[in-house]
Amino acid sequence: MANLFLLQLLNGAQFGILLFLVAAGLTLVFGIMDFINLAHGVLYMLGAYLMAMFALSTGSFWLGLALALGATLVVGLVLEWLVFRRLYDRPHLDQVLATFALMMILSEGVKILWGSAPLNVAMPELLSGSVPLAGPLRYPVYRIAIIVAGLATALGLWAMITRTRVGMLLRAGASNRPMVAALGTDISKFFMLVFALGAMLAGFAGALVSPVLSVDPGMGDQILILTFVVIVIGGVGSVKGAFAGALLVGITDTVGRIFGPIWLKMVMDPAAAAQAGRVLAPMLIYLLMAAILSWRPNGLFGRSTR
Amino acid sequence: MSRPAQRGMSGRAKAALALIALMALVPPLAALAGDPFLTVVASRMAVFAIAALSLDLILGFGALVSFGHAAYLGLGAYAVAVCARHGITDLFVQIAAGAAASALFALVSGAISLRTRGIYFIMITLAFGQMAYFFFVSLSAYGGDDGTTLAARSTVFGRPLLENDTVFFYVVLACLATAFGLLHRLAGSRFGRALAGTRESELRMQAIGFRPFRYRLAAYVISGMICSVAGVLLANQTEYVSPAYMAWTRSGELIVMLLLGGIGTLAGAMAGALATVALEELLAGWSEHWRLGFGLILLGVVLWSPAGLTGLIRRLLPEEGR
Repeated sequence: MANLFLLQLLNGAQFGILLFLVAAGLTLVFGIMDFINLAHGVLYMLGAYLMAMFALSTGSFWLGLALALGATLVVGLVLEWLVFRRLYDRPHLDQVLATFALMMILSEGVKILWGSAPLNVAMPELLSGSVPLAGPLRYPVYRIAIIVAGLATALGLWAMITRTRVGMLLRAGASNRPMVAALGTDISKFFMLVFALGAMLAGFAGALVSPVLSVDPGMGDQILILTFVVIVIGGVGSVKGAFAGALLVGITDTVGRIFGPIWLKMVMDPAAAAQAGRVLAPMLIYLLMAAILSWRPNGLFGRSTR
Repeated sequence: MSRPAQRGMSGRAKAALALIALMALVPPLAALAGDPFLTVVASRMAVFAIAALSLDLILGFGALVSFGHAAYLGLGAYAVAVCARHGITDLFVQIAAGAAASALFALVSGAISLRTRGIYFIMITLAFGQMAYFFFVSLSAYGGDDGTTLAARSTVFGRPLLENDTVFFYVVLACLATAFGLLHRLAGSRFGRALAGTRESELRMQAIGFRPFRYRLAAYVISGMICSVAGVLLANQTEYVSPAYMAWTRSGELIVMLLLGGIGTLAGAMAGALATVALEELLAGWSEHWRLGFGLILLGVVLWSPAGLTGLIRRLLPEEGR
């Protein structure tokens, strides 16, 4: 039982780390540009598809990863230049609709290019296999690698935000955008940079999971909603909040799905517990979000709303 | 009608009534053209027009961008499935059940989400919509993800009147007219003016003694209840109920309808719903990748004509009405 719990905790942490990679870019874009981007999940999906394509054509996981990262960065820059920069000064509703349209266009485009059937990406030789965890339990190396890569990215982001000049601008932009512009920063170049960074992080997350999940056109939708929950829990604009929220959501969801029915069995009869567990488990994170918001309407690390 | 009647009916209300009257002509025209499918499409248009009208109350008049409105469509649809399973096939009982369930869900979720503003409100309504979606996905008694087919359409006073597509269409149209009349009166009433006031300036409304939260919550609940009626009719039209009715993309489509028609005008909401369903049918008949074209059109409208169809019409006819 304790072993199973440890296993699920690790799975939850791995899921949470992925959510963080997607959420970090989204929360920066929200916080600094006050911009709501429904197409962010599509960038995650695009990362996975580009990874599948490049890994297959080059025959190398690592080369594929590098090319996929570069490609999502370019896609991010192009989208910003074509669409997003026209929307920064528009009301949230216009942003919602335009990015909703973009989401339809991109996911249909992916279906035309690669078809609706799921794709698979081969795991690199170096990271396949598993390591002993506790007792008879083993854990896949690749999942540990995802956790390590995610933590390293989080650390890198933290260092960038707190230690560098760009990070200082990010923090300044999040708290007072017009003032940063007034002090002589080229705000449009800065926005482009933030947006491209967010796109690349989402693409990185997609490329990273592609060997463990099947790559399909629906994967962007699923993660987008979860990322919203993460950001709302953590507080819009806060990378720290996104990290805490992502782990909280990842672990609650994973552990809840496995242990919900088990714990319910202790208080009710098995058949009813199994049914109730199945119904309740997917709703758990939304209940968590509602509870946190009714306690702190701006999220755990959020500033007051604009 | 209510207050606008003092100056005669407004141009917009006339446009809305003309639209409903035009729709009433569809079944005879379809019979003439020998294409009964037109009546089915028109029913679908009218159903979504009801849903779009209900969303316009909170989004247009209250400026609350709810991204979980499809949940009420689903609640209405599942009210039909659940009632039918228990032997209750009467349309009015099913509508009442759907509205009651929606009122409860809207009251609880609204009380929490209305504490937030802006981006937070958009995302929390989205999350509540997903919560409802996943509840029905995991409800294996009603087919879970796959949904469940209905044995027959609902009955009216114990008679299977709705089985006839033409009769069904006129029932939907009557519901649409009723919903429009109700919302039109509501928008012109003290309540509607106060709601529009909170949209313009929350602070000023508070200063003159209104509590915006109460008005917003009441509008949120009423809107959910009206949308559930559309859900009951949608389930009857397709004779099939599934969680897909409440997917978040469906909520997005409802907002798209408002945008295409022009937000904050009831006639615009109706026109937008008609245009959206027509566009979907047209593009879907043309290619299986119709979403690509739909997305491009939508993006074009948002970027270049933010006031939607009515904005376009108003720009073309600057002197007509207000």
